[in-house]
Amino acid sequence: MSKIGVFIETADQTVKKSVPGVISAALQGGEVVGFILDGLAENYRESLGEYGVIELVSLAAGNIDFSKQPEAAGRALAEGAKAFGITSLLGVSSPIGNDLLARAAMELKASLTLDCLEVNFQENHVKKSHFSGKAIATFEMGTGPHVIGIRPNSFDAVQNPVDCRVIDHDLDLPSGDAIEIISVVKAGTGQKELTEASIIITGGRPMGSSENFKLLDDCAKTLDAAVGASRAAVDSGYAPHSMQVGQTGKIVSPKLYIGCGLSGSVQHFAGMKTSDIIVAINTDKDAPIFTKSDYGIIGDLFEVVPALTKALKE
Amino acid sequence: MRIYVCVKHVPDTAANIKIVSDTGYDREVKYVPNPYDEYGVEEAITLVEKAGQGEIIAVCVGNESSANSLKSVMAMGVHRSILVKTDEQLLDSARIAKALAKAIAQDEAPDLIFMGKQSVDSEGMQTPYRLAAELGLPVVTGVVDFSMEGSIAKVQREIGGGARETSTIQTPCIIGATKGVNEPRFPKLPAILKAKKKKIKIMDMSTLDIADDSQCRLKNLEPVEERSNARILEGNTEEMVASLVKILREEEKVI
Repeated sequence: MSKIGVFIETADQTVKKSVPGVISAALQGGEVVGFILDGLAENYRESLGEYGVIELVSLAAGNIDFSKQPEAAGRALAEGAKAFGITSLLGVSSPIGNDLLARAAMELKASLTLDCLEVNFQENHVKKSHFSGKAIATFEMGTGPHVIGIRPNSFDAVQNPVDCRVIDHDLDLPSGDAIEIISVVKAGTGQKELTEASIIITGGRPMGSSENFKLLDDCAKTLDAAVGASRAAVDSGYAPHSMQVGQTGKIVSPKLYIGCGLSGSVQHFAGMKTSDIIVAINTDKDAPIFTKSDYGIIGDLFEVVPALTKALKE
Repeated sequence: MRIYVCVKHVPDTAANIKIVSDTGYDREVKYVPNPYDEYGVEEAITLVEKAGQGEIIAVCVGNESSANSLKSVMAMGVHRSILVKTDEQLLDSARIAKALAKAIAQDEAPDLIFMGKQSVDSEGMQTPYRLAAELGLPVVTGVVDFSMEGSIAKVQREIGGGARETSTIQTPCIIGATKGVNEPRFPKLPAILKAKKKKIKIMDMSTLDIADDSQCRLKNLEPVEERSNARILEGNTEEMVASLVKILREEEKVI
């Protein structure tokens, strides 16, 4: 049976929310071996076993701190994949996931497809977006090795309990990397990560000010949703770039996407068109967004959003 | 200081893409320099302006009309260009990186290489890494802030949830830029006219002896069906909202 590797991305001693979906995708291809870089495999062993990770490999290399040395981290994943006979290494297409998967792929001289919407081990293909989401490209996979990044929320996490075993794997890696991460500064406001959210509510230019985004925050709280912003809202200074959804912002794929005061540009849709359900709220009945959403409310977001928040609380 | 900027000639993101064969699309659309690459170009120009000296060379792998994108970035301030010519559409990142690496290696030694973190046509997100592997240089992509401190570059990346990571990177290195690092300039007419006289060295990709050994091949390209018109909810605000909540809870089961 083939062994499929999954990079188990963690942050603040917690497995990232999108990882179990990637494990479920990997299970179609064979036994799943997880790779951990933060040394806390034992903490995650049980919960990862619930999703079908049979072996959890804790990678270490002397005094090297993988969270500060991305080159060493990529090398460790590659060495781990080689040592455990991995043909395909999967991970979440997050900023850190993409970076480490790409570094591992270069070490492995592997094919690399990031931000995949589908991976099919039976047919040996992956699918991903082209032309800002206007086309879907299918790539035929050769004998490998392959490194594959999966867009968050593209696969449902399915429970598949197994007895997961932790294996400590020590590596001898060169020191003296050219890149060193010297600090990580978190956003002060406890901003919820867009790409991991199941529900997103986004405001466009008609929001009018950063203060008005509180309307969306209130509504988001009732849905455990993340708040996004359009490029126009970001460029007008109403929201930081880290909240931008679209071509030059975040690519998101939630179950529910509520757009408030969005026109529905191609570039915005490039970042959210793979959402399951899209709801548009706009005063302009002719706004293009109504031609490519599932449900529409023609109305003023300053009336509709508070009414929605109220209805959701009931 | 010698800075290379890699630029891809891509269909405008607003262009309507018509797929004409299993893996091809109609080239009769508006093309532009890849918007992410423009962030890299702007960063290179700003650095050279600040230093008061330096040369910026754009490198592109693409068909003959890619020269138009090179002219655009030369109008922004790039000094000269190299075009590695190929008629192949949607060339894979591995071969593009090999061609860029050979074109740069045959030119001069880079102090820095800038490019976008991804292209807007094939969205591969890997050419910076592949070029780095070919040239044996360190690489950081998704860069939203860049500065030089002596021979060390200091960069910031967004790593999700609004968090920012700062790292140092030894030069020469490759920087994959993204939105936030700067605002690319719009060239004025005199600069556009002057750019017409700047040199584009053309090399044919077939002369570079690049192996096609990819383990991952584009097999099919299909248009994405847009959703059809939204179901518009009716009534006053309270009624519309009530029916939306009911639909999302009972029919779609997403909340």
